[in-house]
Amino acid sequence: MSDRKLKVIINGIETLCDRDDTILKVAKKIGVKIPHLCNDKRLEPYGGCRLCIVKVKGVPRPLSACTTPVAENMEVTTDTDEIIRIRKTLVELLLSNHPNDCMRCERTGDCKLQNLSYEYGVDGSRFEGERWNLPIREDNPFITYEPNKCILCGRCVRICNEVVMAGTIDLVGRGFNSMPDTAFRKPRTLDNCEFCGQCVSTCPTGALTDRKARGKGRIYDLKKVKTTCSYCGTGCNFFLNVRNGRVVKVTSDTSAPVNQGNLCVKGRYGYDFIDHPDRIKTPLIKKNGKFVEATWDEALGLIADKFSSLMKKHGNESVGAFSSSRCTNEENFLLSKFVRTVFRSNNVDNCARV
Amino acid sequence: MPAKKPTKTSGIKDLVIRVCVGTGGLAAGSQEVIDEFGRQLKSYGIKADILKKCVNKTGCRGFCAKDVLVDVILNGKSETYQLITPENVARIVEEHILKGEPVKEWLVGPEYHAFHDKQTKILLKECGHIDPEDINAYINIGGYEAVRKIFPLETFEVIEEVRASGLRGRGGAGFLTGLKWDLCSKAEGKPKYIICNADEGDPGAFMDRSVIEGNPHSVIEGMIIGGYAIGANYGYVYIRAEYPLAIHRLKIAIADARKKGFIGKNILKSGFDFDIKIKEGAGAFICGEETALIASIEGKRGMPKAKPPFPAYKGLWGKPTVINNVETLANLPSIITKGAKWFASIGTEKSKGTKVFALTGKIKNTGLIEVPMGISLKEIIYDIGGGCERNRKFKAVQTGGPSGGCIPASHIDMPVDYESLMGAGSMMGSGGMVVMDDTTCMVDMAKFFLTFTQNESCGKCTPCRIGTKRMLEILTRITEGKGKEGDIELLLELGNDIKLSSLCGLGMSAPNPVLSTIKFFRDEYEAHIKEGVCPATVCKALRRYTVSAELCKMCGKCFKACPSAAVTWEKKQPAVIDKTKCIKCGACYEACPFSAIL
Repeated sequence: MSDRKLKVIINGIETLCDRDDTILKVAKKIGVKIPHLCNDKRLEPYGGCRLCIVKVKGVPRPLSACTTPVAENMEVTTDTDEIIRIRKTLVELLLSNHPNDCMRCERTGDCKLQNLSYEYGVDGSRFEGERWNLPIREDNPFITYEPNKCILCGRCVRICNEVVMAGTIDLVGRGFNSMPDTAFRKPRTLDNCEFCGQCVSTCPTGALTDRKARGKGRIYDLKKVKTTCSYCGTGCNFFLNVRNGRVVKVTSDTSAPVNQGNLCVKGRYGYDFIDHPDRIKTPLIKKNGKFVEATWDEALGLIADKFSSLMKKHGNESVGAFSSSRCTNEENFLLSKFVRTVFRSNNVDNCARV
Repeated sequence: MPAKKPTKTSGIKDLVIRVCVGTGGLAAGSQEVIDEFGRQLKSYGIKADILKKCVNKTGCRGFCAKDVLVDVILNGKSETYQLITPENVARIVEEHILKGEPVKEWLVGPEYHAFHDKQTKILLKECGHIDPEDINAYINIGGYEAVRKIFPLETFEVIEEVRASGLRGRGGAGFLTGLKWDLCSKAEGKPKYIICNADEGDPGAFMDRSVIEGNPHSVIEGMIIGGYAIGANYGYVYIRAEYPLAIHRLKIAIADARKKGFIGKNILKSGFDFDIKIKEGAGAFICGEETALIASIEGKRGMPKAKPPFPAYKGLWGKPTVINNVETLANLPSIITKGAKWFASIGTEKSKGTKVFALTGKIKNTGLIEVPMGISLKEIIYDIGGGCERNRKFKAVQTGGPSGGCIPASHIDMPVDYESLMGAGSMMGSGGMVVMDDTTCMVDMAKFFLTFTQNESCGKCTPCRIGTKRMLEILTRITEGKGKEGDIELLLELGNDIKLSSLCGLGMSAPNPVLSTIKFFRDEYEAHIKEGVCPATVCKALRRYTVSAELCKMCGKCFKACPSAAVTWEKKQPAVIDKTKCIKCGACYEACPFSAIL
C-alpha cells in the first residue's frame, strides 16, 4: 500500500487526504459540517444513526460518511435536496419516539438531538404511534438511565466494549424494542459495572446522566474549569463544572492529550471530598498527643526547625523527601530542586517509581 | 400381528421402496410409513437382505402437497404413490409387491407429472433419489468428480470457469459469483474464508433446507471448489438451529467427506488443505445478511455493518471472505463437471441456470420446484402449480420473501429472471413464492410482511428501527378502518426514505411489499380508507357481517358457528345476522363455505 495522498472533492472543495480516512473525517478537516449522532472519535465508525449520509457521485444510493472510506477522485455532496429531506425524516422518526420534555431535561442546551431538531426545523408530529414509556432507572449511585430518551446510537455500548472493555452493557431486544441494557437487565452493581461513567460521557441525549449532578444546573449555568486529575500519575485532564463556587460534576475534555476524554470512576465521580465537611483545610500540629489546627507559617516553621536540627546533628544525608505522583510535574520538580539545593541531599524519590 | 399365509415371493427379484423423508415428508408421517413397510415385508418373509435395501431414506422431492410420496420400484419398474399413510401400506405390499398389480387409485395423477414436466432439475436432481446420509450414493452418481477436476487447474482458471457460466448469487442480490471470487482472491490478507450462508429465514422458504437435507455433499463439494478458487483453507456453514435435520445430515456428510479425504489436509494429494466448521445460528433473520452473519460467527450480536468495505476485502475476523448461498454452492459441482457452456445454455441472457422456488400460499400444488431462469410466471403458477386453490382467481404473487414485492396478475407473462423481477419492484430473493388469490387483502398481506421485518430489525439504524414501525402502525390503522386521508402518501414518502437511508439490505427492502402493493393495488388501500371496505373481506374490523341472499345456500353453518346467537336461520331460509348481537368475531365468516358473508 503506498502512502500517496488521494484527491477527494467535497461540495466542490478539492482536498488531499490519507487512504484510510473516511468521508466524515476529511469533511471535518476542511470545515464542511456533516451532522451525526452515533459518531465519537474515541470509537470505531458505526453508521447507525444514518444522519451523516451524503451523495457520492456514481453511487445510486446515499452512503454514510462516517463509515465510507475515501477513494481517488471521489466526488461528495453533503447537502442535496434529497439528503436534507431524508435527514429531516430521520430526526422526525427519532423525535416520534422521544419524550420531547426538553424543558425539564438535564441535557437541554447540550443535547445533539435538540440541536438537530432546531437546525432542521422539525418535530415528530408527522408520525404518531407508540412511544416508549419506560421507568427511569436509578439503581446505582452514579448513573441515571432514562431509556425513553435513548436514540439507539450505540455509543454507550461501544465505549463500554471497545474502550473500557468492561462489557457492562450491550444492545438487547430486537426491532423497535432494542435498547442498551445490562445482561438480564440487572441493576448496575460493582459485580457488573466499573462506574467509570464513560457511557454518560458519550451519550448525545439525556438518556444517560450523572446522577449526583441531576437538578444542579444545566450547561449554561455551569462554569467549566479545566484541570488535571489528582488521583494518579496518568495525568488525565477534565473539566470541573462549577456553579456558585461548588463543583457540580466532572465532564470529559475530548481534546486532552493523555486521556482523550476517557476517565475512570475516581476522576469522574470522586470529587465529593472537595466540599466534604471532614476535609482538613489547615495544617495540624500534634500537641500533647492531640492534633491541633495551625497556620501554614507555624507548620512550616516547625518543619524547618526540626529538619535544621536533624541536619546539624546527623549531617545532610540524614534527611530526604518523597514526592507524590498525584502532584504535578512542576511540584515534583520544585521538591527535587529544594532537596538538592537546600537540604544538599540526593535523597529524593517519587511514588510513581515504585 | 395376525398370522399370514405364506405367499410366493420368488417373483421379487429386485425391490426398492423410496419414501420421502424431507421435513415435509416427515411431518406428513413418513417415518411411520417406513416402519409399516418394514413390518409388512418382514411378516411376508421377504428375505432380510432384500429388506435392508428396501427402504431407502431419500430427501425432498418437492411435491409436499401430496406427501407422503412413495416409489415402489419392482424389478426395475417404478410406480409412485401419493398421500400414503401407514394404513395404506398393507394393501400396497399385498397387491403390488406380491401380486404385481399396483393399487391404481393411490397412484399419482396427471398433476404429479405436470408438476415435474416443466421443471429443469440440476440442484434437486438427486434430492429424493439418493440417500443423503451415504457418501457412496453421492460418489456413485459422479459426486466429488468436480473436486478431482479442479486440482490440476490454476485457481484463476476455476474462477474464470465460474465467471463464464454466468452464475449469480442465489441468496438475494444476484451478484456474479465469479466476480465475487475474483475480488476476494485478489484481496490482500491471510487467511481467507469461505462461508456457506444457510440462514434461510424468509417465511415460507425451504429451498436451502431441502438441498442440504436431500444432497448435503453437493454443498460441501461447492465449498471445496470455492475455497480452492479464492485460496481459503477454512469454511464455515452458518445454518439456523431451527433446521435440526439439515444440521444432522450435514454433520454426517462432513465427517464422511473427511474420512474419504475430500476435506482435511492435502486433499487427494493436491497439497490443498480445506476444512469446514458448522456454526449454528440462534434464529435471527438479520443473520442472513452477510455482515451480520460474520458478526454472529465472531460471537457478537448479529448486527450488520455498513458496506463498503465489503467482506471480500474485510470480512470474518477482518480477513477477506466470500459468502455464498447454499444454492449457489450446490450449483458449482455440475458447472465444473459439465462445463460453463452447458450451464450458460440454460436460462436467459443475464440470468443463467435454474432457480429453486418454494411455491406456497393459495396454490394447489405447494412444494419445491426448480425451473430454468426466464420461465414465465404463468407457467409456474398454472402449469406447475396447477392454479389457485378451489379454482379461485389468481391475484398476485409475492416473490423474494419479506424483502420482495408483489407482482399482480396483469404481469403474469413476465419472465422470471433477476432483471425482470427487479423492474417490477420485486426481487428474486432467495426464492420464496407466495401465491395470492382474490380472497387475499393486499393491505393485510403488506402488513404481514412488514410485521415480520419490523420484528426482525436489529435496531441498529434509525430508518429501519423506527421507520418500519411507523409504517406498520399506519397499515394497522388502515386495516382497522381508522385510515386517514394522506396515509397512502405518507407511506410512500416514508417507504422511499427508508429504502434510501437504511444501513443494510433488510431495511433497504423492508418497504417493498408496501410500495409494490400501493403501486398495483392502490384502489384496495383507498377502499379501506375512503369507503371503509376491505374488498377481500379479510380485515375483520371492516367486515359488514351481512349475509348475501344471492350467495347464501342456506346450509346453516354460520348459525351453528355463532357464539353470540346473532345469526337466525331456518331450513331452506337464508341466514340473517342481528348486528346488535354480533360481536364481530368472524366465526360465521370462517364457517361459510360459499363466501356469502360480507
